[in-house]
Amino acid sequence: MKAPLSWIREHVDLPADVTLDALTWRLTMLGLKLEGVASPADDITGPLVLGRVLTREPEPQKNGKTISWCTVDVGEANGTGDPQGIVCGAHNFVEGDLVVVCLPGAVLPGGFAISARKTYGHVSAGMICSASELGLPDDAFGGADGIIVLPADAGAPGDDAFPVLGLGDAVIELEINPDRAYALSVRGIAREAALGFGAPYADPAARRVPAPNDAGHPVVVDDPAGCPVFVARTVTGFRADAPTPDWMARRLTQAGMRPISLGVDITNYVMLELGQPLHGYDRDKLTGAIRVRRATAGEQITTLDGQRRTLDVEDLLITDGSGPIGIAGTMGGETTELSGTTTNVVIESAHFDAVTVFRSGRRHKLPSEASKRFERGVDPELPQAAADRAVELMVELGGATDDAGVTVVGQAPQRRVVTIPADLPARISGLEIDAATVTAHLTAVGCDVTADGERLAVVAPSWRPDVTDPYDLVEEVVRVVGYDQVPSVLPTTPPGHGWTPVQRLRRRVGLTLAGAGWTETISYPFVGEDDWDRLGLPADDPRRTTLRMANPLNNEEPILTTTLLPGLLKALARNVGRANADVALFEHSLVCRPTGNERAPILGVETRPSAEEWATIEKAVPSQPMHLAVAVTGQRARAGWWGAGREGGWADAIGAVRDVARALGVEVEVRADAVAPWHPGRCAAVRIGERVIGHAGELHPSVCRAYGVPARTAVAEVDLDALLEQAQQVVPGPTFSSYPVAKEDVALVVDAAVPAAAVEAALREGAGELLESIRLFDVYTGPQVGEGRKSLAYALRFRAPDRTLTEAETAAAREAAVAVAAERTGAVQRA
Amino acid sequence: MSGPNSEYDPVEVTSLKSEEVTAMRDAALAAIAGARDLEHLKQVRLDHVGDRSPLALANREIGALPPQARKDAGQRIGQARGRVSQALAERQAVLEVEHEERMLVEETVDVTLPTDRRPVGARHPITSFSERIADVFVAMGWDVAEGPWVEAEWLNFDALNMGADHPARTMQDTFWLEPADAALVLRTHTSPVQARTMLTREPPIHVICPGRVFRTDEIDATHSPVFHQVEGLVVDRGITMAHLKGTLDHMTQALFGEGISTRFRPSYFPFTEPSAEMDMVCFVCRGSGRVDEALCRTCRGEGWIELGGCGVVNPRVLIACGIDPEVYSGFAFGFGIDRMLMFRHGVADLRDVFEGDVRFAQPFGVEI
Ligand SMILES: [Zn+2]
Repeated sequence: MKAPLSWIREHVDLPADVTLDALTWRLTMLGLKLEGVASPADDITGPLVLGRVLTREPEPQKNGKTISWCTVDVGEANGTGDPQGIVCGAHNFVEGDLVVVCLPGAVLPGGFAISARKTYGHVSAGMICSASELGLPDDAFGGADGIIVLPADAGAPGDDAFPVLGLGDAVIELEINPDRAYALSVRGIAREAALGFGAPYADPAARRVPAPNDAGHPVVVDDPAGCPVFVARTVTGFRADAPTPDWMARRLTQAGMRPISLGVDITNYVMLELGQPLHGYDRDKLTGAIRVRRATAGEQITTLDGQRRTLDVEDLLITDGSGPIGIAGTMGGETTELSGTTTNVVIESAHFDAVTVFRSGRRHKLPSEASKRFERGVDPELPQAAADRAVELMVELGGATDDAGVTVVGQAPQRRVVTIPADLPARISGLEIDAATVTAHLTAVGCDVTADGERLAVVAPSWRPDVTDPYDLVEEVVRVVGYDQVPSVLPTTPPGHGWTPVQRLRRRVGLTLAGAGWTETISYPFVGEDDWDRLGLPADDPRRTTLRMANPLNNEEPILTTTLLPGLLKALARNVGRANADVALFEHSLVCRPTGNERAPILGVETRPSAEEWATIEKAVPSQPMHLAVAVTGQRARAGWWGAGREGGWADAIGAVRDVARALGVEVEVRADAVAPWHPGRCAAVRIGERVIGHAGELHPSVCRAYGVPARTAVAEVDLDALLEQAQQVVPGPTFSSYPVAKEDVALVVDAAVPAAAVEAALREGAGELLESIRLFDVYTGPQVGEGRKSLAYALRFRAPDRTLTEAETAAAREAAVAVAAERTGAVQRA
Repeated sequence: MSGPNSEYDPVEVTSLKSEEVTAMRDAALAAIAGARDLEHLKQVRLDHVGDRSPLALANREIGALPPQARKDAGQRIGQARGRVSQALAERQAVLEVEHEERMLVEETVDVTLPTDRRPVGARHPITSFSERIADVFVAMGWDVAEGPWVEAEWLNFDALNMGADHPARTMQDTFWLEPADAALVLRTHTSPVQARTMLTREPPIHVICPGRVFRTDEIDATHSPVFHQVEGLVVDRGITMAHLKGTLDHMTQALFGEGISTRFRPSYFPFTEPSAEMDMVCFVCRGSGRVDEALCRTCRGEGWIELGGCGVVNPRVLIACGIDPEVYSGFAFGFGIDRMLMFRHGVADLRDVFEGDVRFAQPFGVEI
């Protein structure tokens, strides 16, 4: 809400020493947050005066333009009293017009300094100003076609132009929260200013209004719930084509509205002043009585913006004999709008149900100044005063005659009574506030307070429909005391549990990977159908079962992702594109795996949901496991003076998963697999027992191409929740032997297709309890072992807990290990 | 080769003569003294002490002497050999020291060579900063609560006193999920976690909820459809706005240093009443608005930095979550983690947080 300070001061008698800063800060601390202050005069320095055009000689120029050589009476403002000679390029004025003159020495917005200068063969001593040259809206003061031409009575030549133009009148813009709709009016802002400084306040809505009678325009309200109050006033002989006075046009402009025509401007002006939206109808275009009712199915209206709209049965309508003539509180219709030929006006000043207006506004995407106020809550006791104020202005400014008929249908609802314990504001705020102070402050904001023992019965003011609950009154009291008065006290907290085990382990995962040279990223979880194709997912892949957003930001990416790989690959490509060839990324984030049962109930709020209701909520929220993914390209060990580097690849992706599993104390098993988006020969399934928790390996070449990442990029993705579930919470302390170790190396030749893990498992099993460790230290393929075969060399270490092993014992264990490997995997000891 | 010969019985053996032994000894000593290095000394040892050395050979001749002469000769040889051994040991020690000294010089490397053999990793600063913030509260005895991103509309809105027709709903530009009757949203704030907590735990409740949230904001330097919030919730007997202020003051001091306190301005949120906006003293200019005579860039000269919203939990929220407002009261607060990261660390562009360029995360290391 924007309002000029002069308008606010009209209704509150602020002490002279209240500065603009003090006022705006006080309003902010009362809940009307300052957005900004605009003061158009800030960058103008005078002299800027009124002048009367004495002579105007058009002089055609060679360039085809015509300029006017003028003499202008600027009174004594130029120090001589002589007419000022000025060249002017505009054409929208005649001799005798009152204009705005900028004399030499003035500086206009943009640092534009005015001096006497020779131009078009004359010495032009100043400038006749247009609105835009003064930093005002182009169309202010009817200045759209050229210079400003003021009404003849706006002042005398030589007068300071600042107050006439409203320059120097600061316009404050306040952010009005939904609970303070009353402050969407000068009436409300002035009231808060008065509250803030204890200053006298003159309520512009406090006016004597004529009593209702039956002589007014007939109105029938079929839906009193949607329209509790409807006031209709009529005027005759209104001169719709009369100009809107400058003071009104200026204020409308300052408040951010465009002056349109006198009739419309008056209704808008009253809305800004009082907060009551009004609507004017051309009475001669109305067909019979006005009727307020809900729409019927399929009914249509053409609204003021020229749009043909099909109405919903929930829409509340203003109708006459011809059908709909307006959507209540939202926008009027075309057929009955005020025009330049209107002479008889019906002024509608009604109160409409907030929810009804809110829904219509949303349904028809029709936000308006009126609906903004109605949906937040307008003072239901305002309609008569507002209508009367509009009548007054139409009489005064449009030469209209006030009609005797006054229609009032319905009445404002009873003011609400909220009862609170007198100590509630103190108990909730932590401030010391006694009952007398509570009463005084509530009274100051407009409540009627009656003490009833320890309790206060509080009648909320009519303009505060938001005040419904005891805590609303607490806020009112505390904001008057001052939020800055609230003391700072730490609450006593019982001992907590600290981070949960899962939260701690997640931190460990991040630290483990970061320590191993991986860098964490955060990606948007939005993907498109296209991503599944790029990943090469088969049609029945469960990752294609997704939830979609109804209103995605980007229509190409409406899907909530089921895998972290698209985001990670895009980040990888971005890094490579920025000339970083060696990248190792990881991300842990939720993915969304819907089950198809995603239908959440909207429960009540009057009580806690029952166990069954809560279960329906939990069932409807899709499964969102936390995944962990890594992606690597380029060198994983750097080249340098120490020697060559090492390219990252499938083994690093699998290694990352193994590192994490080890850090968590989880035993994972790796087996060959072939799923998208991995290279079918370089894809590992990672398992905990029988459960596959993810995959790792090298990306399929076509996926690398599709995402624009380097060939041989390797990735892994696992269900981190599944890993964390199995994490070892308490590590058993190890026992180890201090007897000598016996080392044995074994080289086994097996078929190339035999997994090393199978050979190792067989060796372990065969070696028995004396085996301390086993490590594969070499893999050889080549002519010495034959086509389709490979040699695996293992270092075995044996140790007993209670004795030094004899050579015979060690040899026996070794032979047993080899024997089992031979039996299980066809391994043959290499000679 | 010669050895003891009982049948042969000469009266004297030349090599065992006193002057001969002395000569052999002296020769050995001279050779030892002349050994240049450990390798040379090894050869000297072989030549003068080894099995084939003159002294060793002479020693073997002792047996050939008549018994009465053996003692003298034995003593002579023994002394000579003892002397040589000692000299050898001494020389060995000297040469070893010399050798090590030389090696220490010869093995000198350029210690300024780069040592970055292993690539550097990092956690994302949002992750570590979220933890850092939560740690402040964990240290006070609070628990850390989490919830899903795809959330029931009822939990994201209705339970928080934002019914279907509440104007505040339109202020939070919500991602809705299909189909229309799914009544699911991408959570617009972390507040549904508070509702979940109240629905599943008994007071006293002290929880801090960091997490990712979603709104339909186009991406620019200060907006992102995905961002992070942290919210705090306390529900207990006798909780007041003063406790809220005390808690926030503690937090800003823990994160920004001594003396960095907060202030409240009245505001509106459906889930709190009274509601407040909270500002913190600018930690750069410490409230003065100026740094070295110039306008402080962190707070744009305001002296204060807007943090977020807070207030006393609206009793309607307590009721919807099954907590008796006649017995309990609570406070809640929330603010943006990304925004705080940006002003705390001078990050200029929010897009950097989500683009995955490793140059963004790496300077932050693993902890903030
Ligand atoms: Zn600052």
